[in-house]
Formats: sequence, structure tokens, C-alpha cells
Amino acid sequence: MTDFLLVAPIITPLITAILCFFAGERIWLQRSISLIGQALILLSGVLILIQVERDGIQVTQLGNWPAPFGITLVADLFSAIMVTLAGLMGLSVIIFSMAHIDSQRERFGYYPLINVLLMGVCGAFLTGDMFNLYVWFEVLLISSFVLLALGGEQRQLSGALKYVTLNIIASMLFLTAAGILYGLAGTLNMADLSQRLPDIEPSGLTTVVAMLFLVAFGIKAGLFPLFFWLPDSYHIPPVPITTIFSALLTKVGVYALVRSFTLLFVQENEYTHTLLLIIAALTMITGVLGAVAQMEFRRLLSFHIISQIGYLLMGLAIYTPLALAGTVFFMIHVILTKSALFLVSGIVYKLHGTYDLKKLGGFYRSHVWLSILFLLAAFSLAGLPPLSGFWAKFLLVQAGLEDKEYGIVAVALFVSVLTLFSMTKIWSEVFWKPATITTTQPLTRSEWVASLVPLVSVVVLITAIGLGAEPMFRLSQDAADQLFDRSAYITAVLGDNP
Amino acid sequence: MEVLLAILIGSLYAAGLYMVMRRSLVKMIIGLAFLSYAVNLTIFTVGQITRGKPPLIPEGQALPTEPFADPLPQALVLTAIVIGFGLQAFAIVLIKRTYQSVGSDDIDQLEKAASHD
Repeated sequence: MTDFLLVAPIITPLITAILCFFAGERIWLQRSISLIGQALILLSGVLILIQVERDGIQVTQLGNWPAPFGITLVADLFSAIMVTLAGLMGLSVIIFSMAHIDSQRERFGYYPLINVLLMGVCGAFLTGDMFNLYVWFEVLLISSFVLLALGGEQRQLSGALKYVTLNIIASMLFLTAAGILYGLAGTLNMADLSQRLPDIEPSGLTTVVAMLFLVAFGIKAGLFPLFFWLPDSYHIPPVPITTIFSALLTKVGVYALVRSFTLLFVQENEYTHTLLLIIAALTMITGVLGAVAQMEFRRLLSFHIISQIGYLLMGLAIYTPLALAGTVFFMIHVILTKSALFLVSGIVYKLHGTYDLKKLGGFYRSHVWLSILFLLAAFSLAGLPPLSGFWAKFLLVQAGLEDKEYGIVAVALFVSVLTLFSMTKIWSEVFWKPATITTTQPLTRSEWVASLVPLVSVVVLITAIGLGAEPMFRLSQDAADQLFDRSAYITAVLGDNP
Repeated sequence: MEVLLAILIGSLYAAGLYMVMRRSLVKMIIGLAFLSYAVNLTIFTVGQITRGKPPLIPEGQALPTEPFADPLPQALVLTAIVIGFGLQAFAIVLIKRTYQSVGSDDIDQLEKAASHD
């Protein structure tokens, strides 16, 4: 049963992707297949989560080859949470796509590609093997390349070109690092690596490999100074694609960073984690400063993705159980909140046909409820109580204070203020100031349903996490304890006497 | 042999990075191809090169006799070649479409075209 459960989030989207190809021109069929597929991923994510919470880390050896020889799938709490979130975001985005993706894209393979993307993402979250992780990265990258370029408009091509080139270079670095790691340790199984790396002399070599991984994952996660491709490409495709990219792709990079810097490279903590701390601070600041300067809805939000990545990295860099719990909590919070904001931008675009903040206006007068949904998500992103962002930042700040990292705490709080400032900019430009455009494209009833169902459920989740933070906090704490205590992971994968 | 391969890998990385930083899209693709060869050779070389010693287990034994060639890096390289091939095929189609739509393979022209929209 466990064996099947761990494979389910990977095999389901593969099957639905293939079925979508066969559905061909029948869009409604493609839609329903994708819906069912994403719902199944969400379901299996929740089931894995329950099982891991009850019985500890779950492991499947593919093809019954014992670890470290075969490919291992591992689900600890962090992986299970990520898979659940991936399923949730996949489901929301598929529903949202029904109103916001043009029929051209729907006919030319949009749904199969989203499914393949989800397969890559879930695979990356569940694998316990470094090379396998590389393969999943490629799966999700190639589908994201096509999603970005699908449509073939000129600006799409130029954005896709930057994205493709930088990500291919990142993959090359990743592969180089994996190769050298194999040369050093003679294994690529993460649990086995975790056991062998401390004995490798000189330990400097391990740190060199760690830095290669940092750059490779850093490009994918959008860390300072490697993030420039992100705001240049994320505002180009239609909103559902941007939403799924922002919710999952950079987060896969962060996930890989967290995994490798808690499981593998913890020997020279002084050096690596101090470096991470500096990068985290710079990522937060540059991201938010970039956002403050923007006047285009989605470019502004894209810069915010970067600054939020800084917070995720901050918890990893402080590296205490509490700080890691902060990272896990923040991950849940930021995936939901960021998606809600992008969904609002999509609805605004659908209504008025522009993302330019200067041209928009008067939304509060015409759509009060939509404005309130935006406000909740925006306040959550800035970290106002009692929304999810407050608790996530609270955990990180508390961890920072306990570890006497006052510098990063100051930066984190300062960036929160700037985040609030740029959110109020959107608020006053899009919602508050008098309307300037008269061209409004009214949405049909079914389009409203498809737009609002995902948005409302995500915002409700954000608020619910904020109001009832205790269970979510306990979950993050447990996940962080598992990340911090490597021996549980190693024992789960390799057995008691490796 | 390792020294020769190391020099070759270094030159491939250097040439690849140089080509990637050129303004022409075609040169960029060639650079990416060089990088991918460099990576494949790296994996192949760090797996230690052993000549003429296939990892076959003699009858009646549980392990092959040392030293033997490690088959795993070769399997990794094989996978990496296939993936790299797919990526490059996509990248080539992408620059072809870009060239058709912009009418130039100069990245600066591309920027100008993109900012005009």
C-alpha cells in the first residue's frame, strides 16, 4: 500500500497527460481528465501526509533494488506537505485555466504539459536520489519551457530564450556537481551520501561541491544574484501558467536547497550557512526594492517572489529546529498567498485587458468582494496578524532572535514594511483611485465561477491558517525536527544496519 | 589519460562559457552543446577510468574482482546525453522560431523587439 501511495503522485499525472493527448480536440474531456488527475494528486498527498504523521518516514525502493543501489522514493513530512501543496495548486490552476486560457493554447497541449509539469514537481519532492532529482528537474523544466513559449508571440520567445538558456546552464552545473559528488562518495543515494560525506577528506572538496549545488539550485530558486531571468520571464505567459510557475518551480529549487543543506552538506556549517544567511538577506532586499520600482502588476509580484525566497532561505541559514519550522510554515504560507495574488491579477486582466497599474483603477467601487480577497492576500504577504504570513514571519524572527542573528531579523522586518508599501501601491492604483478605463470585458457566470472557486478557497485557507495557526505550527515543527535529525531519514532508507 | 581528459574538459567548459556569452543565438546554442559535452566527460572521468576490466562476476563469486570499471557513471552519462539531446533540440527550435519572428539572431535586436511590444 505504501509502495503504491508514494508512486501515485508521480504516475497519476503521467497517465492523465497521456490521456489528455488522446483526448485531442475535445477540450472538455482534457479539462475533466486534468481535474481528476490533480484531485488524485491532492488526495494521495493528503494520504501520504497522514501516513507519515502516523508511522514516520515512508520509503519505497523502486524495482525492489535495496538502497543504496536502486532508486529510492522517500516521503518525510516536508516532502508530504510539498506534494499536498503541489496537488492543491495544480487543482486550483486547472479550474482557473478554464476561464483564463485561450482555446488556442488549450488545443495545442496546455493540459498535457501542466500534467507533465506536476509529475516533475512531485517526483522532485519524493525522490531520495541525487541523479533522480536531476532527471525530475529536467522533466519539469522541459514542460515549463514549452508552457512559457506556447503561443509563440515575440515577447514570449525572447522571455523563453532567457529562461531556457539560464536553466540549461543551471542544469549543467547541477549535473557537474552530481558527477563530482559521485566521484567523491561513490554513491548518489541521499541517505547514503549523508552518512559518507562527513568521512571524506579533505572536507574542503565537499564544500566545493556544496557551492556548485548552491549555484545550480540558486538559479532555479531565484536567489541573489542569480534571479535576473525570473522577473524577465514570469510576466509573459498567461496568468494560470505564471501562477503555477510561481507556486511550484522556484519552490522546487528551495526544496532542493533545504534537502541538500540539511541532509548532505552540514559539515562546514560555519562557512556554508553564513554564506546562505548573507544571500538570504540580499535576496530579500533586492527583491523587494525591485518590486517597489515596478508599475506592472505581474512584474511587481514576480519581484516579490524573489524577496519571499529570501525568507525561506533565512530559516535554512539559521539552521535550528525552530528556524526550519519557520521555513516549512513560510513555504505553506507563501505558495498559497502568492498564488492568490496572481489569481487576482488574472481576473483584473480578464476584466480590463491590461496589467499596467497606471491604467487600472476603480476596482473597489466595481468589485468590492474581489478587492477584499486581494486585501487579505496582500496583508498576509506583508505579514499582518492574524493572517498566515504573520505567524510564518513570527517563527522566523523568533528563531533569529534566539540564535542572536540580529542583522537578518532587522532585514526581515524592514523588508516586511517595504512589502506592505508595495502592496498598498497596488491597492491604491488598482482598487482605490478613480477608474480611468471604460473598456470592461464582463465575465460570464461560468467564467466567474472558474475564477472565484480557486481564489476564494486559497484565501480561505490563508485566513484559516492564520486564525488556527496551532495545528499548522505543530506540523511544521514535526517536519523541521525530521529535517534536523538526519539519523531518522538515514535509518528509514537504509535500514537499521547499513 | 586522466590528465588529457581533464585538459579537454577544461577547454570544453571554457569554450562553452565563452560561446554562451556571445551575442549571437547560434553561437549560444553551440556553447550549450559544448557545456553539455564537458559535463558528460566530467562524469565519465570522475568515475575513474579502468581499461579492459568489465564488471563481470566470475562464477562462484559474489563480487567482481577488483579493479573493475564502474558501470554506474556510464549509465548516468547515457541518461544525461539523452536529456541533453532533448534540451538542445528544443533550444534549437526555439531560436529558429525567434529568428523567424525577429529576423535577427542578435540578442540586442531581440531586446529591442521585445521592448517595442
